[in-house]
Amino acid sequence: MMKTQVNRVATRGRWIGVLALLGVVTTPLTAPAQTLTATEIVARSQEAFLAAGDDMRARLTMRLINKGGRERLREMTMLRIDLEGGDQKYFIYFHRPGDVRDMSFMVWTYQGRDDDRWLFVPAVKMVRRLAADDSRSSFVGSDFTYEDVSGRDVAADTHRLTGEEPCGDRTCHVVESVPVDDEAEFGRKVSRIDTLTFLPITEEYYDRQGELARVYTAEEIVDVGGHPTAVRRVMTDVKRGHRTEVVFDDVAYDTGLDADLFAERSLRRPPSDWIR
Amino acid sequence: MAGGWSCQVTSRRWGRVTAFVLALLGATVDGGAQELDIHGFVQANYSLRVAEPAPGDPVDDFLLGDHRVQLELGSSSDSGTVRFGSKVDLVHDAVSGEAMLDLRETHITFGRDRYDVTVGRQVLTWGVGDLLFINDVFTKDWTALIAGQPLQYLKVGSDALNTNLYLGPVSVQIVAVPFFEPDVLPRGDRIVGYTPFPGLPVVAELPDRTLRNTELAARLSGYVGGFDVAAYAYRGFWGAPPGIRPDIGRVTWYYPHLSVYGGSLQGAFGSGILSGEVGFYDSRNDAGGRNPAIENSQVRLLVGYQRAFGSDLTVGGQYSAERMLDHDAYRATLPSGFPERPGTRHNLTARVTRTFNYQSSHVSVFFWGSPNERDFFLNPEVRHGVTDEAWVAVGANLFGGTEPHTFFGQFDRNDNLYATVRYSF
Repeated sequence: MMKTQVNRVATRGRWIGVLALLGVVTTPLTAPAQTLTATEIVARSQEAFLAAGDDMRARLTMRLINKGGRERLREMTMLRIDLEGGDQKYFIYFHRPGDVRDMSFMVWTYQGRDDDRWLFVPAVKMVRRLAADDSRSSFVGSDFTYEDVSGRDVAADTHRLTGEEPCGDRTCHVVESVPVDDEAEFGRKVSRIDTLTFLPITEEYYDRQGELARVYTAEEIVDVGGHPTAVRRVMTDVKRGHRTEVVFDDVAYDTGLDADLFAERSLRRPPSDWIR
Repeated sequence: MAGGWSCQVTSRRWGRVTAFVLALLGATVDGGAQELDIHGFVQANYSLRVAEPAPGDPVDDFLLGDHRVQLELGSSSDSGTVRFGSKVDLVHDAVSGEAMLDLRETHITFGRDRYDVTVGRQVLTWGVGDLLFINDVFTKDWTALIAGQPLQYLKVGSDALNTNLYLGPVSVQIVAVPFFEPDVLPRGDRIVGYTPFPGLPVVAELPDRTLRNTELAARLSGYVGGFDVAAYAYRGFWGAPPGIRPDIGRVTWYYPHLSVYGGSLQGAFGSGILSGEVGFYDSRNDAGGRNPAIENSQVRLLVGYQRAFGSDLTVGGQYSAERMLDHDAYRATLPSGFPERPGTRHNLTARVTRTFNYQSSHVSVFFWGSPNERDFFLNPEVRHGVTDEAWVAVGANLFGGTEPHTFFGQFDRNDNLYATVRYSF
C-alpha cells in the first residue's frame, strides 16, 4: 500500500517530504537512516535538493566549458515556489549573454503529468509554449537537462540501496536507479546522497550500453537559512569532454513570493524587484 | 555628415528623437532611479537577388545593404512601478545610400501587481501561429521578411496605450492605437510583386489622424485545462492588403475599415504542443463583398503542432485556411482581366530546427505553401554562434508559384541569399 502510494505521488514536492517523514516517524527513532528504503531516500533527496523552503530565489551563473577550455556564460535569476500537493512553479530570467538577455522562461511542474513550459522571445515580444523532451533536452545549451533542473518523477525509476560509503568528509547512501520505461536518456544512475542533508553529492549517469555518460557533483554546500544548499554544481559530459559549472549566488528561501507572479505577465514584464 | 549620406530624419521622427533624448536625460539625471541599462547590437545585413530579372524590374542586385547599430536603453524606479524602455536603430542603407534613425520602441510602463499601463511606441504580439497571424493585426513589415532581415524586423512598433489587468486566473488587455500604421508591403522599388497596374507609382492614403480613427484591440486570456486560451477583438483598418484605387498616373493604396473577432488556444498535447486559432474578419466597407477593390469578409483558421525529438531537433507543422465569405459576389464584380482567387486559400507550413554545439548554432528550414493556389515560400537558414556575443547567419528566401499573382508566386523574382552578422553588447 505504502509503495503504491509513493509511486503514485511520484515526485519532489511537499508530499514526498511528508511521506518520507512519515517513513522516518513510523520507524524506530534510534536508527532512522538505516531503515529508509531507497525510494524514500531519493524522495527526501529531491525534497532537499529541489524543494527546500516554500520558495526560493537565486542568481545563477552558468559556465559552459568545452574540451578546449573555451567558455560560454549564462547569467539568470531563478524564482521557485512550491504549491500544495508537490507541484512547483519556476520563473527564470536571463541577464546574459546579450543574445538571450530579457528572455524569460517559466515552468509549471506537476505530479504525474508533463510540465507546462513557456518562453518569452523578447525580439518579437512573443510568449509561446516550448516543446521539449524532458530527459534529453538540454537546459539552455548546458549539460543539464530540463529534468535535472526541475526534477524527475521518483516513480519513473526503480531505486536500490547498494550501501553506505564515505564521500569527501561526509557519509553517503549509494542508490542505484534504473528507469522503469526505456524512454529515459540514461540506462542507470548511481547517486551518492549525503546521509545528513540528503543532498546528492555525486550522480553518475550511465548510458544504455553501460558506459559512463554524465557525472554530477556538488562542489560546495552551504547552509542558507537552515537549508543546506549546493551553491556550486558541476555536470560533466564525460564522452564529449564538455562541462557546465553553476554557481548559485544571493540564495534566499521563504521570501514570500506570490504564486500569481508565475504567470504570463511576468514573462512580458519581469518582476524587477525580484530579479535584480 | 559623411560624403554621400543624407539624413532622412523627418519631422515626425524628430518628435521621436526628442522623446528619446529626454528619456535618456531623465534617466541619467534622476538619482533616485536604478541605473540606466544600455545594451544593443551592431549588425551588418546583406541580401543578394539570385532570381532572373524581367524587363522593368529594379536594376539593383542587392535587396539589402544594411548597416545598423541598435541602442537599447532601459531603467526602472526603485520600486519597479515605473519603468521605461527604448530601442533606436541608426541605419545606413548602402543600397540607397541613405542614413536614417528608426525609433523602434520607446515606452513608459506604470504597473503594480494587478495592472500595468504602457504608453508609447511598443511592439505588440499575440496569437499562436508561427508566421501565420490571424488575430494579431498589429503592424508588420513584410519587406523585412522577404528581403532577409532578422525576424524581429517583421514586427513594427505601434504608437499605443496598452492597458493590462491581471484578475487572478483571467487577464484583460486593452490596446488603443491612435496613429494607424499599415503594414509595410513591397512597392516595386526594391522588391517586385504583382500589380494589376504595372508601371504606375503607388501612393498610400492613410486614414485621417482623428480620434475616432483610433484602432482598438482587446484580449481576454486565461489558463483552462492545461491550455492557454484567449479571445480577441479588434476594430480598425486593413493593414494589409490595402484597398486599391487606380488614379490618373498613379495607384492609391487606402485602408478600409476592418473588425476582427477570434480566439486561440495553445497547450501540451501528446508529446508536443498543440495550437489553434480562429478569426472572423469583418470587412466593414465591403458590404456583401461587391467591392472588388476591398478584401471580402473572411474566416481564418489555424491548427499547428510542434514537438521535440531528442535533445536537438524540433519539428512543427501548421494548416491554415482563409475563406472568403462572399466569393460569389467577389466573382460577379471582379473586373475582367483581373486574376480570380479561389474561395478558400489553404496553407501548409513546416519548420524543422536542429541545434548544434550546445544550442549555440542551428540549421532551420521553414516552408510555407498553398496546395490549391500552388505557390510557396522556402527559407533555409544556418546560424552559427561565434561567441556569446556574436553570431553569423546565412540563408535564402525562395518564392515560387504557377501563377504570377498568387501570394508567394508574385515574389518569384525576388529570390535571395542573405547574410547577417551581429555583435550584441
